[in-house]
Amino acid sequence: MTKIKSLADLRKLKDEVQSKIKLREKGDHPENLIHIKVSMATCGIASGAKETMNYLIEELDHQGIDAIVTQTGCMGYCYAEPTIEVSIPGKEPVIYGHVNKDKALEIIEKHLKLNELVDGIIPTNYKTIED
Amino acid sequence: MAEFNTHILVCGGTGCKASQSDLLKANLKNRLADHGLQNEVQVLQTGCFGFCEKGPIVKIQPDNTFYVSVEPKDAIEIVDEHILKGRKVEHLLFKDPKNDKRVDDSKQMDFYKKQVRIALRNCGFINPENIDEYIGNDGYAALGTCLENYKPTEVIDLIKKSGLRGRGGGGFPTGLKWEITNKVEADQKYVVCNADEGDPGAFMDRSILEGDPHSVIEAMAICGYCIGASKGLVYIRAEYPLAIKRLKVALEQAAEYGLLGKNILGSDFNFEIEIRYGAGAFVCGEETALIHSMEGLRGEPTFKPPFPSESGYMGKPTNVNNVETFANIPPIINKGADWFASIGTEKSKGTKVFALAGKINNVGLIEVPMGITLREVIYDIGGGIKDGKEFKAVQTGGPSGGCLTKDFLDTPIDYDNLLAAGSMMGSGGMIVMDEDDCMVSIAKFYLEFTLDESCGKCTPCRIGNKRLYEILDKISQGKGTNEDLDKLRLLSQVIKDSSLCGLGQTSPNPVLSTLDHFMDEYVAHVDHHKCPAGQCKALLSYHIDEEKCTGCTLCFRNCPVGAISGEKRGPHYIDQSLCIKCGICLEKCKFDAVKIA
Repeated sequence: MTKIKSLADLRKLKDEVQSKIKLREKGDHPENLIHIKVSMATCGIASGAKETMNYLIEELDHQGIDAIVTQTGCMGYCYAEPTIEVSIPGKEPVIYGHVNKDKALEIIEKHLKLNELVDGIIPTNYKTIED
Repeated sequence: MAEFNTHILVCGGTGCKASQSDLLKANLKNRLADHGLQNEVQVLQTGCFGFCEKGPIVKIQPDNTFYVSVEPKDAIEIVDEHILKGRKVEHLLFKDPKNDKRVDDSKQMDFYKKQVRIALRNCGFINPENIDEYIGNDGYAALGTCLENYKPTEVIDLIKKSGLRGRGGGGFPTGLKWEITNKVEADQKYVVCNADEGDPGAFMDRSILEGDPHSVIEAMAICGYCIGASKGLVYIRAEYPLAIKRLKVALEQAAEYGLLGKNILGSDFNFEIEIRYGAGAFVCGEETALIHSMEGLRGEPTFKPPFPSESGYMGKPTNVNNVETFANIPPIINKGADWFASIGTEKSKGTKVFALAGKINNVGLIEVPMGITLREVIYDIGGGIKDGKEFKAVQTGGPSGGCLTKDFLDTPIDYDNLLAAGSMMGSGGMIVMDEDDCMVSIAKFYLEFTLDESCGKCTPCRIGNKRLYEILDKISQGKGTNEDLDKLRLLSQVIKDSSLCGLGQTSPNPVLSTLDHFMDEYVAHVDHHKCPAGQCKALLSYHIDEEKCTGCTLCFRNCPVGAISGEKRGPHYIDQSLCIKCGICLEKCKFDAVKIA
């Protein structure tokens, strides 16, 4: 380990190491963050949900967009896997089907950044027990 | 992938480790490796989450899922269900006792809702053995700011303005203590961290050192800068091995980064810290005794003045603060004195950590703003009394404190209110008692502790406490007289007034406060030879109700002294001259035929 020689050095190190705990901070205060849930049941995993999820995490991190990406169970749209649910604070969640890497990038570029909906939305017609 | 996408935080406090959290962590890692997820999911051990009642705790981020009472075997289910398939493991989520609903977010639990975490801010959040995680969460920024932007006196003014008072017992203003030590001229001064934590019900200092050792190190360095000391000493009891281990790791890492040592952060400030072990004597929490123990002398107190701030360790000016006090320093500097002073009551600022124990549903470690009421602590956070029994009293301040009855449930908790109520803040132990606890026995229990722990240097404490104990013992045997009750009070007052140090000056508090609040119980013992709570064995007798006894012989077969006799299928009897009042017959009887009188 190299020595920290000034307050400026310390701040620089802080920026470097902050990523180690940032995920926990985000998880503790999820209220104002974009939340993407990736459906990860057997059908989703078989269709490549894992790759989609990893890609989303990397790309969001790369672009510096603060978001939480978590897994969820089967959403029931097994014909359209991988499926993801995008929730922007204060807005209704939107579900997309057939999300491969290209689709994921399109969703980041248009939906998350410009707030434009993208093709591939699955209309939700269910209610959860919390509704 | 470079970064982990999920963090599994496993509690690594002493309590959870005792419940096999190490094995749990290993099982989680193995199962993740089985699925090839070791580079995507990070498993790490944090300090105490505080909810010890439901340990071991596992928290998964960023899903914000809080699992309780997790056993090593549950690791497979957590990985296979939660991590692999994204389904929460229902049966490991906390069940709200009010409506039987499962809660996954700890912030929604009553136990955490009213807590404000300043001293415990990093416990359960960072890995205490990794300095980078501490730095990532603003660690050492306060030290850096002090060295670069403030003069020592400016920092002292800031601490004074924040209103921080010592968290170890007496509540002396911390800034003032620093100022006094700063003003004394000497070639060498010392910063001492009191991590002796003698109160048998309290474990917040241990938890802070286990969960966030760097915050104490950083604060000690800041204190050194303020008072002009280049050496720090941590006096910690040897029976805290985990805290010692983590503190050592932290000291090494801080030195490697140059945050301890010479010319810290490019300034001309030098500071180093050594660890000194205590053998676990209660009296060594008293600062003069602590200093003598560190010097290699007997752990005995000496008369103050001179205060350690003038003549302490090796006769040099020494500033002694408690662990929790130190843990509050970095946030005060980072967030400002006004922020800190905005929390709490007029004369007691900030928060206090309490260790909840006894007959309460949620045993654990909590941090709450000063001014919260006992009712909120016991019923909202603590979840009420075990088995739905009635609250009787709470002992605050450990063996030096007193008990508070239900009349004080709505009193805001701060230093001055507790003193006025005949107790004290102490280090923050809270032992809750219910209707089954006999207050004479409780007073006797605490006195037995101080009797053992008295160093014997001064007569009032050495002999006075022994005599107090004998009177209490006599009363609990049913042999007390009304004269004894007067003697108890008089002797208590004398011991308080004439003892040399804090131990003796506070040891009669449990006696005095139980006399004040539970005189009826003393009277019942003395006048009626009865123990209303059914705890004092000498005053109990066990009988078998002939009508209810079916003659099953279960009590007869289990009695360890052969005191029970009777025919099969006929009523049984207890021979009072042989009975040792162990209570086994009561426990074994299936027909509710054994009665206590």
